[in-house]
Amino acid sequence: MLRHSLRRLLGLIPTLLMLITVAFFMMRVAPGGPFDSEKSLPPEIEANLNAKYHLDDPLLKQYFHYLGQVAVLDFGPSFQYKDWTVNELIAQGFPVSMTVGVLAMSLAFIVGTLLGIAAALRQNTRIDYSLMGVAMLGISIPNFVIAPILILVLAVYAGWLPAGGWDGGFASMVLPVLTLALPATAYIARLTRGSMIEVLHSNFIRTARAKGLPESVVIRRHALRPVLLPVISFMGPAMAGMISGSVVIERIFSIPGLGSYFVQGALNRDYTLVMGVVILYGVLIILLNFVVDLIYAWLNPKIRYDETS
Amino acid sequence: MRHTFLVASVVVLLSACGSDDPQQPPTRSDQLTRPVELVFGEDGRPDPSVLAPEQVLHRDNGEEPQTLDPHLAEGVPSAHILRDLFEGLTAESPEGRVIPGAAIRWNISRDGKVYTFYLRRDALWSNGDPVTAEDFVYSLRRSANPATASNYAQVLLPLNNAAEVLSGQLPLNKLGVTAMDEYTLQITLKDPTPYFLGLLNHSSTYPVHRTSVIQHGSSFSRPGNLVSNGAYTLKDWKVRSQIELAKNENYWDAANVIIGQVFYYPFEEQSTALKQFRAGNLQWTYEVPNNQFKWLQKHYPEELVISPWFGSYFFGFNLEREPFVENLDLRLALSMALDRDLLTDKVTQFGERPSYTLVPPGIRDFVSPKPEWADWSQLERSAEARRLYAAAGYDQDKPLRIEIRYNTGQNNKKMALAVASLWKQVLGVQATLFNEEWKVFLQNREQKVLTQVFRAGWISDYADPYSFLELFRTGHGRNDFGYSNTLYDSLLGEVASERIPSRRRRLMFETERVLLADMPFIPVYTYVTKRLVDPRLRGWQSNVMDHHYTKDMFLLKTAQEAASEEAAREKAAIEEALGEQAEGEEAADEGAVGEESTSEKSTSEKSTGGEATGEEAADEKVADEQAAEPVEETDTDGPST
Repeated sequence: MLRHSLRRLLGLIPTLLMLITVAFFMMRVAPGGPFDSEKSLPPEIEANLNAKYHLDDPLLKQYFHYLGQVAVLDFGPSFQYKDWTVNELIAQGFPVSMTVGVLAMSLAFIVGTLLGIAAALRQNTRIDYSLMGVAMLGISIPNFVIAPILILVLAVYAGWLPAGGWDGGFASMVLPVLTLALPATAYIARLTRGSMIEVLHSNFIRTARAKGLPESVVIRRHALRPVLLPVISFMGPAMAGMISGSVVIERIFSIPGLGSYFVQGALNRDYTLVMGVVILYGVLIILLNFVVDLIYAWLNPKIRYDETS
Repeated sequence: MRHTFLVASVVVLLSACGSDDPQQPPTRSDQLTRPVELVFGEDGRPDPSVLAPEQVLHRDNGEEPQTLDPHLAEGVPSAHILRDLFEGLTAESPEGRVIPGAAIRWNISRDGKVYTFYLRRDALWSNGDPVTAEDFVYSLRRSANPATASNYAQVLLPLNNAAEVLSGQLPLNKLGVTAMDEYTLQITLKDPTPYFLGLLNHSSTYPVHRTSVIQHGSSFSRPGNLVSNGAYTLKDWKVRSQIELAKNENYWDAANVIIGQVFYYPFEEQSTALKQFRAGNLQWTYEVPNNQFKWLQKHYPEELVISPWFGSYFFGFNLEREPFVENLDLRLALSMALDRDLLTDKVTQFGERPSYTLVPPGIRDFVSPKPEWADWSQLERSAEARRLYAAAGYDQDKPLRIEIRYNTGQNNKKMALAVASLWKQVLGVQATLFNEEWKVFLQNREQKVLTQVFRAGWISDYADPYSFLELFRTGHGRNDFGYSNTLYDSLLGEVASERIPSRRRRLMFETERVLLADMPFIPVYTYVTKRLVDPRLRGWQSNVMDHHYTKDMFLLKTAQEAASEEAAREKAAIEEALGEQAEGEEAADEGAVGEESTSEKSTSEKSTGGEATGEEAADEKVADEQAAEPVEETDTDGPST
């Protein structure tokens, strides 16, 4: 197990290198540069800017220079937010995205699995249909529709919650977490229901029931673990997406998370900022997939990653 | 036991956050309470009795400022904050006139090339250091220094040797700025630049505090490090969340600065700002959602403020590419075929003014030369357009096929669609629309290879028509039209070196006339600024540059606040009468309840003391106000934070 983990972690390096290379050159291929704006720059000023940010070096030299920086975890200065380095921007934005993401995912996991199990146990009843109907709605209504409705009702009309903004307090988290959690909850509920129905028809459940165990014990002790397998494999990448921030949620609720940096950075050709968040996202995906594999092995004794154990 | 682990950890996470203080900002319901009538005191300042007890302003700033280093700043969000933090040699009045800033007066030499500024001797930095001529010399040199890499340094180009210093050909000390003595500064210019005083309130010319810039380097603009000379200081900066400014007590005019605290929020989504405004958490929005004019006009008629901006929206022709090379008839036809009244009424909808010229109205003494057909009816214009279209060699069987390029944006898309359909309707033109991402669009425009007709716009940094006219100069970096006319260029040259204002205006009029006769672009409308402003916020005025200094603003108390104060006063008067019969201690108790504002607390305590003992008339009045105010407070008018 340990050797497997080490191998996986070492595998991170070539993957990341690939990611950095592709992202770096893709950014540079995009037309326009970080300093293009409607107000044209006199050539001497443009030259000064390019010199300051080393954009006048040959591209390969810039690439290796950047790799050298990344190796010591220095993502360089942001082109757009000139008073801050990319490291500082990530350090300020990531905790916010992470808080919202982890809370939303936890909420989605708890509510989603409970609803899914409830629906599966009452398969093809009115409860099942209405729960799955709501879940379908949750998946299909985009969050940029749900968010304004929630704001209008809970913040503007009722005045219970702030309409946006971020002070790190509980009240300012409620709406974004709720909005972010809704589609994931719905998805997890559907996954859980499907998987539960399948598991309930399998032989080991029949055996458990034949032993005369009460239904609640059958569900909790025997069914739950295999039921969670597909949910966990969904949650890994979804978690990476959620804790690295959602552009839509951040814009609508005006939350200073990481999500906007992907879009704003790309639009502004803020090379260093985009690279910084892409690398972070890459690391998160790889790590979370790794965690998923570990949980998988723990949930399903049939899966083992190396021969020795 | 194992499978409870996940659930347990989730619960821990949830409860960790649940333990946070629920700091719910108070909301003021959907309706903004109406302000009391504004009364001015003898000094021309608002009378203290009409001012809200809490002078805290919440401004939406559209997006995160790129920087608070004045010499690196570009973009409107930075400029708004920097105007509060710093003060240039000149400043602006609420209506946009140039007024003395850090310089109290100045002389301009006869040839218009040497400016001598006399600095205020009472001007201080926020840390107490005096603002000296040497600070300005240091700052202007820093701004022009190639190593600073300012991308707005072209504001400095009128200065002597500025171009050479910027390109590194001359050392910094050759820049046309010298300190004559501690409080006298001399700036020499290359050409007489009549709008130069207006440039001196642009952030590129702001002073920065020498010792703190040297000490902190590139992080001098962080909270805690930033030393500023404007009406406010930087207190806190949470990236993409909020920027908090506090009144600068060392500012020379601090006695007249009423708003004590300003919060700038980067609400990127206009609808979010609107909701915040409706919830009473903002007094000033950056913009309003583009498609909600009717709704806003109906529900927020008093709050919705729309005023002309010093900017033009137009379409450019690429004169280097067919079909527009040497084809004046066709360009005129396409311009005349557009019903601008229809476009502003139905497409933009916010009261934008139809435009037939390049320079927008709003500059004192300057009127643009309107083409003759601007005064025709649209029927006449369309008829003439059809005639010119035919003269250019196009007809039903052989229609013009062109591409309209625009950058991503709801309004640009609607506008391009409307233009295309008007052209089709009036002339039968077959136009294709091309939407491009901003940077791609800019590059295509500049290269002049792909473009035919493209969206363009210009909002000037300084209040002078020259800023618009020079766009069409041969070789100008943003001359994406490929327009080149020697007469036009030489007229522009004359404008640049003319120092007598009336002659200069005539020259600019003539220059624009030449341009409009060649029609290398299609004027469409003049931009407007549109925002929601709390009616309680006063002291500011609409101006074409859309520059608004927080130091001029103040918040009125609401009618409700005033009414409850009035009621409280009456109640206190009754209690007073009763109190005469009762013992003095009771009155003192009442007084102790009234600690609405800490600054007035001492007065309150003193006067209750007076009440208990002497019952003097003057003391009574103060005591009444203080004592009973919170008693009558209703739940709707809680102060917004």
